[in-house]
Amino acid sequence: MSVVSVVVVFGLLGWIVVNSPNWPAVRDAFFNAKYFWRALPYVAQGFVVNIQLFLVSEVLVLICGLGIALMRTVPGAVFLPLRLLAVIYSDFFRGVPGVLFIFLFGFGIPALEIPGVPNDPFFFGVLTLVLLYTAYVGEVYRAGLESVHPSQEAAARSLGLSRAQAMRYVVVPQAVRRVVPPLLNDFIGLQKDTALVSFIGVVEVFRQSQIQEAATYNFTPYLASAALFLLITVPLTRVVDILIARDRRRLLAAAR
Amino acid sequence: MSAPAPTLRLVGVHKSFGPLEVLRGIDLTVAEHEVICLIGASGSGKSTLLRCINLLEIIDAGRIELDGQPITGSRVDVNRLRRRIGIVFQAFNLFPHLRVLDNVTLGPRRALGQSRAEAETQALALLERFGLAEKAHEYPDRLSGGQQQRVAIVRALAMQPDLMLLDEITSALDPELVAEVLNVIRELAKGGMTMLIATHEMGFARDIADRVCFLDRGAILEEGPPAQVFRAPREERTRQFLQRVIEAGRLQV
Repeated sequence: MSVVSVVVVFGLLGWIVVNSPNWPAVRDAFFNAKYFWRALPYVAQGFVVNIQLFLVSEVLVLICGLGIALMRTVPGAVFLPLRLLAVIYSDFFRGVPGVLFIFLFGFGIPALEIPGVPNDPFFFGVLTLVLLYTAYVGEVYRAGLESVHPSQEAAARSLGLSRAQAMRYVVVPQAVRRVVPPLLNDFIGLQKDTALVSFIGVVEVFRQSQIQEAATYNFTPYLASAALFLLITVPLTRVVDILIARDRRRLLAAAR
Repeated sequence: MSAPAPTLRLVGVHKSFGPLEVLRGIDLTVAEHEVICLIGASGSGKSTLLRCINLLEIIDAGRIELDGQPITGSRVDVNRLRRRIGIVFQAFNLFPHLRVLDNVTLGPRRALGQSRAEAETQALALLERFGLAEKAHEYPDRLSGGQQQRVAIVRALAMQPDLMLLDEITSALDPELVAEVLNVIRELAKGGMTMLIATHEMGFARDIADRVCFLDRGAILEEGPPAQVFRAPREERTRQFLQRVIEAGRLQV
């Protein structure tokens, strides 16, 4: 029954689109097979740069995010400045559009011409993405750390472990396991935002599509790059769904 | 014959949570090999007292000494001290992400610096002794409540503590699982382990304790040998408490 309703609804939608008066123009401008195949090698070449940006940034984000979260949860009156710094940092970088930081760092810092500071747009792209996403991922980690019941830390401390050891061996491993689905969500965001780096002169997938589009006045290259993004983000999204469903089942089983 | 040296001594211990005064001047001495049971209604301060001794809570006034050395105050190495005092919690507090064996070896390996092999040999021997050898490679959530609590006891014992604090360790268990846990404690008592036990199991307290302390609203109202406290309590409030316990069927007279 569900199969029938899916076929009927999608068939109907497809029929409406294909039979609308402007469909031929739309098809030629966006879904042109000739331009698609012509643009694809260039676009794919650009996409390799996005994957490099993503992988380098992601590893750094995972490390720095945990650092920020630990900074924000360190107890004791003496460490208030540390906690405040972490709060200000994540408020700032989560509250301002990412494209602003791309311009600010990518053009602003090289313009200072400070000796020793690299001039490479790839470097500033990674820097901006890491600063942006560390703020998000730090919050995810923090939620995870706070979800581990204080009695776990008490049990670890009661065995004579220091606070750092209790965090390392007991609290952090449990926290990280719990936040894998939301972390993957942020991966998806980061993967998409690699396109921001095109603004400061990195020739990646978006810039390549623009070049191809400018040469032919056809928009199909953008669709080609969209397809490449979807190739990565859709499977990731499904993995997140599966993990969340598994967590739910585990919670229900534990509550039994 | 001289009395054994006091292991643990509490003098005038006070503890408040905000406006609520939970402990109001506790004086208590626990000698080596002595087993002391703390009884009293919920909220009388039993758990807080144990948590203060293990420095999981910081006392507001008074003094706690272990073998004549003060353990409260800013100059104490908290981590070193806790290695000498084992605590078992009502809710087990096992580490769910670690197998039973790793739960038991975490303390010896990380706090005492034992090698993995050394810690595991000792842990397996302890697990064997308490009938848990075949559970060594299971995760805690695969164990019954009684088994989990026995693992928690083994985890504390693996640190070879001088003193064990037991905080209502059977209160979260199904009735049919209580005995297996209490038997472990009986065996420890026979072996001469010094223990301070907060419990609602009056029959158990009567059997095992050298001394029973009745806590009432943050103070030790009455203490003495179990025969005296349970059969001929001096204080009216102790009588009332025991009467309620007998009516609830938790103590056979």
